[in-house]
Amino acid sequence: MVGVSPETIKGEIDGLRGTLPESVLKELEGSLLRVSKEKAITRKQLDDVFGIVKQAYINAVVEPGEAVGTIAAQSVGEPGTQMTLRTFHYAGVAELNVTLGLPRLIEIIDARRTPSTSLMTIYLAGKLAKDKNRARVFAQEIEATTVEDIASQTEMDLINMEFVVTLDRSRMQQKELAPARVASVVREVLKVEASVDGNKLRVKPGTQTLSELRRVAMRVKGVSLRGIKGINRVVVKMEGDEYVVYTEGSNFAETLALPGVDQTRTVTNNINEIEEVLGIEAARNAIINEAVKTLEEQGLDVDVRHIMLISDMMTHDGKVKQAGRHGVSGEKASVLARASFEVTTKHLLDACIRGEVDKLDGIIENVIAGQPIPLGTGSVELVMRRGEKGGRG
Amino acid sequence: MTYINKLVDRVEFGLLSPDDVRKISVTRIVTADTYDEDGYPIERGLMDPRLGIVDPGLRCRTCGARTRGCSGHFGHVELARPVIHVGYVDVIYDCLRATCRKCGRICLSEQKLEGYCKQVSEMAAAGRGWWALADEIVKSAATVEKCPSCGEKQQKIKFEKPTTFVEGKNRLTPSDVRERLERITNEDAQLLGINPKIARPEWMVLTALPVPPVTVRPSITLESGVRSEDDLTHKLVDIIRINQRLAENIEAGAPHLIIEDLWELLQYHVITYFTNEVSGVPPARHRSGRVLRTLAQRLKGKEGRFRGNLSGKRVDFSARTVISPDPCISINEVGVPEYVARTLTVPVRATSHNVEELRDFVRRGPDVHPGANCIISSEGKRFDLRYADREELAKVLEPGFTVERHLMDDDIVLFNRQPSLHRMSIMAHEVRVMPGRTFRLNLCVCPPYNADFDGDEMNLHVPQSEEAQVEARILMKVQEQILSPRFGGPIIGGIQEHITGAFLLTRKGALFTREQAQQLIAAAGSVKSLPKPAVREAGEEYWTGKQIFSMFLPEGLNLTYKAKICENCARCKGEECDIDAYVVIRDGQLLHGVIDARAYKALDWCEVLDRIVKDYGTDAAREFLDRVTRLSIAVATMFGFTTSIDDEDIPDEAKERIAEVLDGASDEVKKLIDVYNRGELEPLPGRSLRETLEMRIMEVLAESRDRAGEIAEKYLGLDNNAVIMARTGARGSMLNLTQMAACVGQQSVRGERLSRGYKGRTLPHFESGDLGAEARGFVHSSYKRGLKPLEFFFHAMGGREGLVDTAVRTAQSGYMQRRLINALQDLRVGYDGTVRDDRGMIIQFVYGEDQVDPARSDNGKAVNVEKIIKRVVGAE
Repeated sequence: MVGVSPETIKGEIDGLRGTLPESVLKELEGSLLRVSKEKAITRKQLDDVFGIVKQAYINAVVEPGEAVGTIAAQSVGEPGTQMTLRTFHYAGVAELNVTLGLPRLIEIIDARRTPSTSLMTIYLAGKLAKDKNRARVFAQEIEATTVEDIASQTEMDLINMEFVVTLDRSRMQQKELAPARVASVVREVLKVEASVDGNKLRVKPGTQTLSELRRVAMRVKGVSLRGIKGINRVVVKMEGDEYVVYTEGSNFAETLALPGVDQTRTVTNNINEIEEVLGIEAARNAIINEAVKTLEEQGLDVDVRHIMLISDMMTHDGKVKQAGRHGVSGEKASVLARASFEVTTKHLLDACIRGEVDKLDGIIENVIAGQPIPLGTGSVELVMRRGEKGGRG
Repeated sequence: MTYINKLVDRVEFGLLSPDDVRKISVTRIVTADTYDEDGYPIERGLMDPRLGIVDPGLRCRTCGARTRGCSGHFGHVELARPVIHVGYVDVIYDCLRATCRKCGRICLSEQKLEGYCKQVSEMAAAGRGWWALADEIVKSAATVEKCPSCGEKQQKIKFEKPTTFVEGKNRLTPSDVRERLERITNEDAQLLGINPKIARPEWMVLTALPVPPVTVRPSITLESGVRSEDDLTHKLVDIIRINQRLAENIEAGAPHLIIEDLWELLQYHVITYFTNEVSGVPPARHRSGRVLRTLAQRLKGKEGRFRGNLSGKRVDFSARTVISPDPCISINEVGVPEYVARTLTVPVRATSHNVEELRDFVRRGPDVHPGANCIISSEGKRFDLRYADREELAKVLEPGFTVERHLMDDDIVLFNRQPSLHRMSIMAHEVRVMPGRTFRLNLCVCPPYNADFDGDEMNLHVPQSEEAQVEARILMKVQEQILSPRFGGPIIGGIQEHITGAFLLTRKGALFTREQAQQLIAAAGSVKSLPKPAVREAGEEYWTGKQIFSMFLPEGLNLTYKAKICENCARCKGEECDIDAYVVIRDGQLLHGVIDARAYKALDWCEVLDRIVKDYGTDAAREFLDRVTRLSIAVATMFGFTTSIDDEDIPDEAKERIAEVLDGASDEVKKLIDVYNRGELEPLPGRSLRETLEMRIMEVLAESRDRAGEIAEKYLGLDNNAVIMARTGARGSMLNLTQMAACVGQQSVRGERLSRGYKGRTLPHFESGDLGAEARGFVHSSYKRGLKPLEFFFHAMGGREGLVDTAVRTAQSGYMQRRLINALQDLRVGYDGTVRDDRGMIIQFVYGEDQVDPARSDNGKAVNVEKIIKRVVGAE
């Protein structure tokens, strides 16, 4: 018996586009093609498979009115009780600390500006990725080095009105910096006089006052000599067949602009940066990825759809908003919903002076009013007329 | 279907003008006294009978209704001098800063104002928050020095907490403030974030104060007959008293200073009447020193009006008691004590079909179990059966009456255990009335409730309307909740004994005589007859455990998977597995492998149960669970299953080897410390030497513990009950066992070895700076051998961290969940498949990108394509 050809399978699957989601079609195509190689699939079998798959999909579709929001919140919140607290763990790279567990999840949902431990994974493009030495050099170059990092001692010379930095030879060598270069950078950045005397860097402020000297002293230490601001520590790791650079601290925009960086795969765990650099769609995906990673690392099984919904809610109006008082919950349309969450009196007072109207479309408002809530069976607004001829039941 | 006659369509918020206050007022309150000597409320006092009534039996002087019908009426106090409303000081400040001190216009040019006006009206028309602009307008207008409309030079206005405004050097009295606010035009007010249709700026300065009805502030009579007034009444007394004195002083033409002082005092009392938590204002106190709970405090917070009374309401028809297990009832059922069943009632409408039956209920009355507590006539009149002639009432009973009969078997009730973290925390059960005083539940429903029986209590609610009962039955019944929407797998399933029992039953070589087999099947509640015996020996017939188990599997079930006990051998022998870990089920017959956690344990992979729910439906799954758990328990009882301290016995040679391993580790740690002290340790990139050392030591010690465990494990085989529990996934882990048998291991706080206590050491028994294994909390002993005193102390340190952690975590995760729920609760799937919020805004075009409900998905996947193809095409 001759089975159907791969082309027919592909053609048939194309015809199903629109009735079934893409992920199912892809799997269907893959599996059918693989099976058909080993065993002939008859036309009838093919039709049967499609029929059953279609029915199975229809059975799995959500019911209209389903309270998907509440379910998503519960599905993420409930495992929170089982998560570990305060784990500064080592994710993948033993050398770097990463916040994990419940604190990290709260951080993501809070949409904090900066995570407590930001981290970048930089993938390299082309030859850089395969060459250990070149990857090392690349890593060295992006690591931020300030004057403070290479100073062994600093002092204020009040007689000469100078700020004297004693440079550490070995550390300078490690970072491949020459004293002269340090001086020139300091000169350029702070617009002051700077000279090198042995391993001492002497900085003279423009005006010879004590307050000016103090100000300069403060700023000299922070002068960036090389590397990217914010990247404090760099680790190069072999991953698969390529070298990957992990950084503590993150500066996504500047890193992506560097030559030799694979911009398609390089990521940061700072969602705010992703929003700024790549836009809201990317931020939405970043929230999903980070949350999934955090939950998975704890061995908790949560369906992605729940996390997607939370992420979509946080990003749906084009800005990343926290799921809390200063974001989604604080911007609700309903006065009563806001008042029943946090800062009750302020919301009520403001609503009064603005003459706001609560239309009672949400859940909490209707609970407060003691009415059926518009969810599930409560969302049906049709009423059957009873006792009339023609109507059943 | 119950019709809701009254529906709240919307709630409008607004300010009351002084005239409004006077209009809604039934009386002006003038005396601060409440009752006269005879205990009667004083007219025009704070307890004026026209304000409504609280005592039952009296009639309201205003509306004539009794306690239930009258919710009270407002009165008012005429303030002798205006007073600023604390809640609006910020808005008042904005208004004063932004407007001209002379003409009252906003200090911005005509064009600018017009531009803003247009923007605001556009935003208002679009239904957006037009007040968002107000901040910007105030900011730009506040810095203007000369009014563009009248040319008046502006002075800086300073705001001093809580309610004082200073212009230049002059203090603005509330009267001055009010005058200025009066000058603001309606158009300008709108630009300042005030809706002129609802509120006028000057209304933020009070001239008349509404007095809430007594129902809002009921007084309580103590046992001694002393009346105790509500906090609000106390505050109102203060206000009226000062107000009166102020009025008298003004009348008498008292010196300015005295009037100012009294005015300020009045302001203070009005502030604390509204809110008693203003920074900079000392809170008003009760005579006893207790801080008063005034208006804002009543609304705020967890126990406030909103969260405590409006979002969460107290209900009738509920019961709460301790829970205890009963493996013999179905997962769908709950055992209810008869006492509870006699108290809780279900209303039943009498029809011509059931009227006779209901008469019997009425005759039995409230004290005999399937009886009734009350009947309601067609006109709505209630007759309590406790005090009535029941025979008589039974005769009167006719179609149209409602009987509140006792809770009975097969009634549907909602069962709940706090904390209600997910929807499976409230499920519908069918009632089984039982003797005793506790609620009984099947053990399989423990995981979704997270319940145990160490004194847990649970709540039970009886839905009253037919609609609610039907919804509960169809949507909330336990068997409908087997699959968790969190991950699309079973959350209800076997636990503990259910797993060990099934393992003992189905493991290789388990044979049962006819008598035994029939006993087991009977215990499971089945009446099926036995299949052909698998073994015949010496005239005796024997059945394998697999055969018996298979009797409860649905026909046509095909499954192949690896059991929990699988050791993940490099090369899987498949059906020839040495430990029988390769499970094969064909057409509902368990051919190979053992049943353990992987087959039907709650929250685990749950291969068998998962397949049954998804392919055979919830009825089949409920039946399977009910029968198999009872079977397993019968098996465990038949064989006897226990664990004790000798399960952790290991031979002396093993103990010696473990000691060797641990000593070796200690030596290695010493070596590492030596290397470190000599400064020869190679640091890991980006780590200090000390950190590197700690990491290396931790590694060495962790490894030694693991090796010690491995040695012990070799002597702990599957003939050991503790090991059976651990390996099958019923309870405990191999780690627990090796800690008992071999070595407890490193104790840690915050993921590091113990280091705190004394300077440079954990305890005075060690030298300062000792970094060795023993000095930093490594426990060599096993639990069984017992911990040495120092080890015990270290162990307690680690244990304490665990306790603190749990406490902190519950609080944190609870708040996170509250915020998540609040942010997401309005979302629902529309008929078009989109996810929308309460405004109708689309959040997702297609739910979850494929419209699949995770609870109905196949472990997250929309459709299990592989399985379907396999089934249709056949073969592997």
